[in-house]
This record gives sequence, structure tokens and C-alpha cells, in this order.
Amino acid sequence: MTGNDEAELSRLMRAAIAGDEKAYADFLRRTAALVRGFIRRKIVQGGVDPEDVVQETLLAIHVKRHTWRQDLAVLPWVYAIARFKLIDAFRRRGRRIEIEIDEIAETFAEPEADTVSERDINRALDGLPPAQRSVVSSVSVEGCSVSETAAKFGISETAVRVSLHRGLAAIAKRFGAKQFGRAKQFKRAKQFKRE
Amino acid sequence: MRTDDLIKALDADARSTAMPLGSAWWIGAGVATVIAAVVFWLAIGPRTDIATAMQTMRFLAKFVFTTALAVSAFALIRALSTPGASTSRAAARMIAAPLLVAVAVVLELFAVPSTEWGTRLIGSNLVICLTFIPLIGIGPLAVFLAVLRYGAPTRPVLAGTVAGLLAGGLAATFYAAHCFDDSPLFVATWYTIAIAILAALGALGARLFVRW
Repeated sequence: MTGNDEAELSRLMRAAIAGDEKAYADFLRRTAALVRGFIRRKIVQGGVDPEDVVQETLLAIHVKRHTWRQDLAVLPWVYAIARFKLIDAFRRRGRRIEIEIDEIAETFAEPEADTVSERDINRALDGLPPAQRSVVSSVSVEGCSVSETAAKFGISETAVRVSLHRGLAAIAKRFGAKQFGRAKQFKRAKQFKRE
Repeated sequence: MRTDDLIKALDADARSTAMPLGSAWWIGAGVATVIAAVVFWLAIGPRTDIATAMQTMRFLAKFVFTTALAVSAFALIRALSTPGASTSRAAARMIAAPLLVAVAVVLELFAVPSTEWGTRLIGSNLVICLTFIPLIGIGPLAVFLAVLRYGAPTRPVLAGTVAGLLAGGLAATFYAAHCFDDSPLFVATWYTIAIAILAALGALGARLFVRW
């Protein structure tokens, strides 16, 4: 029910802005499910991985959450961001297609190319400075808390928060950058040469 | 990275806060106005007979046109930089400034004999107008594009064009205090061209710099 989603999501988002981390996690999980459904309906032909777009949308929602006003409905805001990120993904794909013609033989030899490790976000993560990268992957992939991460690397919690915040902002920026599509091709080409 | 892992990272960053976009727009408007004022005073300044000019309808009408443009563009750009916000009402209000100018032009055509239309249209400040409106507006435009970047415009080029109109409205408000050509015929022609230059620069700037 859209009505319920709207009421619930805006309640969670308001709580999150007030500092409730639990509410924010709930908001993101429910939003991810809605956006996933939306993106999957929109992508009818292959080439764009829906989950990549879901992740880009979540990151954009996170770094642009100061653009949501509390008097505004939250769902139109979420879907407008998702639509924008989807169009962006198609645009990048258009650019990528030219190069993939050359690589078609290798693509056939690699039937399992689209695994979890192939995600756009991993490439963006790889491009981060080492300190930010290790903090972001500790908190995300390894599932450590901020304090655990601080203990692991022997730095303060504030330093962890700063690295995490900058790292996420940098990843989001990389998604938005025009060059990202090309950087990705380049990296992929290098990977193929190594194999 | 799985999406659930990403959510963990985003949630851990939940405490980071940023200034609401609405406040950023007001600060941006303030900074842009100061920049425009400084450039205006350093470059040209107000006309010497401003006290007498203030008693004429034609002089005052210029400020009505330019502030109408700036106010309506400011409302529209705030909506355009917020995803999912309704823009139709703000977009409809953009008609105000052109409509006011059109009415003034018609009145001027009735008030002035047709032999004088040409002189009033060309005026004496044409080159200065086309130079200084963009010059006063370029700094504010940069400020507005920066705020757009901070926001999340889902139609960046359109938003950039409106940023140019906003900068143009602001710059023209200052420039109008300098210019001796008060005829609506002059304003409708040359102010429009000068503001269009800023609008085009805004569209281009947004295409190049406003990515998110």
C-alpha cells in the first residue's frame, strides 16, 4: 500500500533526522525494497544491472537527504532520485556499448562475469584512498560497528566517522561523474589482460 | 558489496548532518546579492540623477520587471533543486516578468509617437547594458550553480537555465539603477538579450558542473 509506505517512510525519515539510527536503517531497507521493485519494472532489456542502480539510488538518497523537506512527501522524493539514477545508468551504458563490441569474445569466455564482486560500487570503493577504503569496507562488508572499526585500526571513533563520511561522499560523487563509465571500462580491460 | 552491506555503512554515517537545502538557497541569495552590489559599485555605480529619476514611472517600472524575474526564478530554482517537488506553480509564475514588460511595451507604444520608437529602442547604453548585466551577473551565477550542485536537480540543464535567469534578474536590478534608457522598448530588447546570455551560460555551466 502506497499510502502506508508514505506514512511509515516519512515517519522513519523524520526519526532518522532527529538522530534515531535504528529508524534510518529501517528507512533504508524499506526504501531499497521499493526502489528495487521500481527499477526492475523499468529495466526491460539487459545491460544495466538493477541492483547497481538500487545501490546508486541509496547512496544518492543518503548524501542528498538534506534536500528533503519535512513538509514534502517522501515517496515522490525517493522515486525522483531513483528515476534520475536510472536514466544516468542508461546513459553510461550507451557509452559503454561501443567498447564492449571489441570485448565480445572475452565476454563469451566469462559466463559468470556478473557476480557480486563485479558491482559498480566495488569499483568506486577501489578508487578510494586506502584509509577511507578500509574504514568503509570494515563498516559495510565486514559488518563492524564504528567503535569496533576504531579499535581495529587504532584510531578514534571520530576519525572513523570522518573517513566513512568522506568515503561515502566520494563514492557517491564517482557514481555521478561522467568519467566513471570510462574508468570502469578501463579497469575491466585491464582485468581481462591479466587473466 | 551487497546492498545490505551498503545500508550498514550508510546507517553508520547517519549522524553526519548537512545544512538543509532551503537555508543554503537563502545564504546563496545573500552572498550573490553582495557580490552583485560590489561589482556594480566598483564598475559603474548608480546614475547621477537618480533622485529625479526615482520620480518617473519608467525608471521605477524597470525595478518591478527585474525583481519580478528574480523573485519568480528564485522560487522555481528552489523547487527544481528538490527531487520530486512540484514545479508547475512556480514555473507558471515565471510568466509574470515577461507579461509586465509586454504590458509596459504596449503602453509605451501608445504614449510615444511612432517616429520616436526607433530612438527609444536603440537608446544610448546598448553596449554598456549588454556588457554589464552579464558582468554583474556572472558571480551570482557561479554561486547559484554551486548551490544547485549542493542540491539534487533532476533536470540539471533546466535548473541551470533558471539559475541564469535568477542571476540575470538580480544583475539587471542593479544595472537598472545605472542605465539612462528607461523606455520599456529598450528594456524589453536589450535587458532580455543580456539576461538570455546569462541563462545560456547557466545551462552550459550546469551541464558541465552540476552532477550528482
